[in-house]
Amino acid sequence: MNLKLAFQIALTHLLTKKKQSVIAMLGVMFGISMFIIMISFMTGVNQFLDDMAMDNTPHIHMYKPVEVDTTKIVAQNDLHPAGNSWYVLQHQRPKNELPKIKNAYNVMAQLEAMPEIEGVAPQVSSQVFYNNGPVQIPGNIFGIDVKKQEQLFQLDKKMDEGSLDDLQKGSDVVVMGKGLAKKMNVGVGDRVTITTPEGNNLTLKVVGIFSFGIVAMDDSRCYATIATVQKVLEKDPSYLTDLNIKMKDVREASAMSAKLKNQYKDVYIEDWETANASLLAGDKIRDILTAVVCTTLLTVAGFGIYNIMNMNIINKMKDIAILKATGFQGRDITAIFLFQSLMIGIAGGMLGLLVGFFFSYLLSITPFPAASFFRIDTFPVNFKFVHYATGLFFGFVTTLFAGYFPSKRASKVDPVQIIRG
Amino acid sequence: MASVLKAENIIKYFYQPEKFQVLKGLDFDVQEGEFLSIIGKSGCGKSTLLYILSTMDTDYEGTLEIKGQHLTGLSQNELARFRNEHLGFVFQFHYLLPEFTALKNVMLPALKLGRYSEEEIEHRAIEKLKMVDMDMYAKKSTDKLSGGQQQRVAIARALINDPAVIMGDEPTGNLDRGNTVRVFDIFRQLAADNKQTIITVTHDPDFANGSDRIIEMEDGRIIGMRKPTEKPYQS
Repeated sequence: MNLKLAFQIALTHLLTKKKQSVIAMLGVMFGISMFIIMISFMTGVNQFLDDMAMDNTPHIHMYKPVEVDTTKIVAQNDLHPAGNSWYVLQHQRPKNELPKIKNAYNVMAQLEAMPEIEGVAPQVSSQVFYNNGPVQIPGNIFGIDVKKQEQLFQLDKKMDEGSLDDLQKGSDVVVMGKGLAKKMNVGVGDRVTITTPEGNNLTLKVVGIFSFGIVAMDDSRCYATIATVQKVLEKDPSYLTDLNIKMKDVREASAMSAKLKNQYKDVYIEDWETANASLLAGDKIRDILTAVVCTTLLTVAGFGIYNIMNMNIINKMKDIAILKATGFQGRDITAIFLFQSLMIGIAGGMLGLLVGFFFSYLLSITPFPAASFFRIDTFPVNFKFVHYATGLFFGFVTTLFAGYFPSKRASKVDPVQIIRG
Repeated sequence: MASVLKAENIIKYFYQPEKFQVLKGLDFDVQEGEFLSIIGKSGCGKSTLLYILSTMDTDYEGTLEIKGQHLTGLSQNELARFRNEHLGFVFQFHYLLPEFTALKNVMLPALKLGRYSEEEIEHRAIEKLKMVDMDMYAKKSTDKLSGGQQQRVAIARALINDPAVIMGDEPTGNLDRGNTVRVFDIFRQLAADNKQTIITVTHDPDFANGSDRIIEMEDGRIIGMRKPTEKPYQS
């Protein structure tokens, strides 16, 4: 089979029917460019949400929950004359047990020695009331190791005003969530009074305002040093409630958490996938949506090519007959028409990548509306080579399929029928 | 003279709209360098016969041999290769590819055969165009040519691979007197000088009378084979 000749003929056909070729090419172009825009944007959104969650969620979270014992306590009443009487205690209350991780600093040292773990940030957390005049606003205060929190969870990047390092410069200072500060009508330099569940009061100075872009956090959280929070709670310096573990490879988090669960029985261990199950479900739904829309677009483009190639072949019946009469074989004819649809596919695909890139770039510099509480200025868009390669590949495969059947049909044309009329 | 084409007991049925026997057992030989005309009324099966001889129609009974090669029962691809190398066609409605120049049209079957290099093929194609007096239109797109000019290009295309047999289905059917004479002269010259065999189906009595032999058909049978000088068969 002479492929070069088939290619020449295919090219001549395309160039003489420029309008038709361009329309077919535009179909592929739209399909591929929409694919690129969709997938760049959707994966951008996924990544943005993942990153946002990942910044705030440790890969593995270790803490001591307050456990509720659901067993009933049963005791015989010896004093009862019948001797056959029982006390049954239902709905027993939890013991006055501290949410403290035992030997927390030892555990931390052990964890940090593990090669898979990048680091561990210790934390003391407590519910508190923020006193705003006579009104009490419920929230949480977190005592953190400033250095580690910066290094592992980039808390310093979330600061709107002030600096996280200021926490270490004085005692009784906090950084406050943006929403909470607004509710309290306080700014940097102002003082707030907090009340612990035990009833202790303490006045703290606000040295910074942070925002995560997540309302639930920005409206309720304050960060201070571990020592400050221990002081508020009147606890000793070994009192730690949470260990936030950051993995070197986030994908190993769930395996690691299973391993740690065996090792540390008296604490509760949760990996980020469990903690963010709803977010991951959102990711999956967006992925499915992207796949469905892209498949539809490419299929429609494929049908476009199929139709145009079919029409093309009906128009070219005489030419096919004459080529066959002069000795071209069925597969030469297939090659001619397959080349045509592949050229349409590849040219349209390339153009689609360019157009797709152009529009995703435009989107990536478009300001994102209502961005006041999301930490985001423009639409999140991903530029990944693999998406472009996939787009081109699917464009190629779609046109191959769409072109194959009409081409096969062309190769079966009976020249006698056409020539005799 | 050697026999170049041999047809034995060719039978052909049409199945649409109902089964109907078009060719009822035809036997004949064609010699090398012979100019043969097939005549007959419309519907007598002469075109059907030509397409069987051309190897394009494979749905028949009987055997066909060209240049000593048994062709009945070969695959479409083998037949295509055989046609490419040994057969040339000229049709009533010229049938050139409109997207290509006259030269490219002539070159295509040779490019497919691939016996010579592209430069060599172009050179030969110009030679063939010269032979039909069309070389000055070589670079012209074929849809810019007149009917007679197109037919001459088609003849040049039929000749490009130096086929043993050239077949024409009413090659002059659409041409005026002047062009008909031209085409006829080219055929005569091919048969005489190149020893190429010409088989044409024609309605034109003058054209047929100028050939070496006439096969007259009626109702799917050969009813007469004669030299043009003999008196026509009277029914």
